[in-house]
Amino acid sequence: MYDIKALYEAKSVEDAVRLLTDHPDAQIIAGGSDVLVQIRSGKRAGKELVSIYGLDEMRGVKMEEDGTIRIGSLTSFSHITQDPLIQKHINVLGEAVDMVGGPQIRAIGTIGGNTCNGVTSADSASTLFALDAIIEITGPNGVRTEPISSFYLSAGKVDLAHNEVQTAILIPKKSYSGYKGHYIKYGMRNAMEIATTGCSVNVRLSGDKKTIKDVRIAYGVAGPIPMRAHTAEKAAAGQPVCAETVDRFAAAVLEDVKPRDSWRAAKDFRLHLCTTMAKRALIEAIKKCGGEVL
Amino acid sequence: MSEQQYKMIHCWINGCERSAMIDVRASLTDMLRNDYRLTSVKKGCEVGECGACNVIIDGECFNSCIYLAVWAEGKHITTLEGLMGPNGELSDIQQAFVDETAIQCGFCSPGFILTAEEILERGKIYTDDELRKLLSGHLCRCTGYENILRAVKKTMYARNGKKMPKEQ
Ligand code: FES
Ligand code: FES
Repeated sequence: MYDIKALYEAKSVEDAVRLLTDHPDAQIIAGGSDVLVQIRSGKRAGKELVSIYGLDEMRGVKMEEDGTIRIGSLTSFSHITQDPLIQKHINVLGEAVDMVGGPQIRAIGTIGGNTCNGVTSADSASTLFALDAIIEITGPNGVRTEPISSFYLSAGKVDLAHNEVQTAILIPKKSYSGYKGHYIKYGMRNAMEIATTGCSVNVRLSGDKKTIKDVRIAYGVAGPIPMRAHTAEKAAAGQPVCAETVDRFAAAVLEDVKPRDSWRAAKDFRLHLCTTMAKRALIEAIKKCGGEVL
Repeated sequence: MSEQQYKMIHCWINGCERSAMIDVRASLTDMLRNDYRLTSVKKGCEVGECGACNVIIDGECFNSCIYLAVWAEGKHITTLEGLMGPNGELSDIQQAFVDETAIQCGFCSPGFILTAEEILERGKIYTDDELRKLLSGHLCRCTGYENILRAVKKTMYARNGKKMPKEQ
């Protein structure tokens, strides 16, 4: 038995918003792989819960008319990885969320939950940053959208009012069309692990595959929230595909990242990881685009 | 808790239609063990780390300890008891666990076997590395995993009508 004060099951998104408005102390619960564990540990014990897990309208991946890929916030990691639209257009996201926890965690964990809990180590977050994802939020006054970079406010805090629900994550066509990406997770073991650092790179090459037209790189656990390394992006954009560019790109990330010491890893080690991962992820992403770093 | 809250939950368990009044605070592990006496569903960590409570819900494996019982409404659930034949016969994968000594204390076995069943149901041949990843949501403190891997691998080849390659 869980120490739950009361459970309210939402029948629709509007119902969830109403329930959250009526119960200002209630905790929203999606897949529960964080919330239930926190109840067990005592951290969120004795609370009222508003469950949105039953809202199938918030599940699944769709392509909208303008080419935007819409991922319902309750879509599980395993369903994202298996989804044909994801595999075809943003395979890097499917690969990244396939590194979360273990198989059963990927079956229950949702991409919405992964982003709403605001932690920097979320395996989906760096890739969503590198894809310039848009967060769709439904509240009492209707729907609003927010770029993922402004959705994350500070460690554990996102731009979501108590009576708002994150309903979808949108990937605009201009973010993925022509790009290929690669995600690297560094952890102490291969499964059931929280990233020491995670790095996601998206790159677009010129037609002859000799020039980097554009590159986006984002990190998890290189700061209190997931972040982009814009200095590195600028250093590589428009540059020839070669080892020198890759090295300059990897060195430039140090201008942007600010990891800290934690019991998981030392700051210096994380800085080393940041440059090494930038290099490896860019080389892999270039390969996936059909280019080669000589 | 001021007032107890119950809900009628209707679902299919090991092929049989069942319903019962469930305390909304119950995990699916609580419901399966306490209300249906399906004690193959083990309580290990109860925080989603060990896989001892693993069950199959609509074809996919979930740790039932971090799954609210109320979410089971309308779902098809399989526990280890569901793999048994009408006279208590073991299924191929259970027999393989016995034959390969993939069981010592047995606490992890129901969870492992159901994940194996989900993998085998896909009818694909996986490499050892892929199998290790697919089985990685379970902890076993006894066997050292190699025998478990071998039992799953052996059954996978047998079900696909292929010969298992010699181990290096
Ligand atoms: S008891 Fe459920 S995962 Fe350990
Ligand atoms: S056989 Fe004892 S835990 Fe696996």
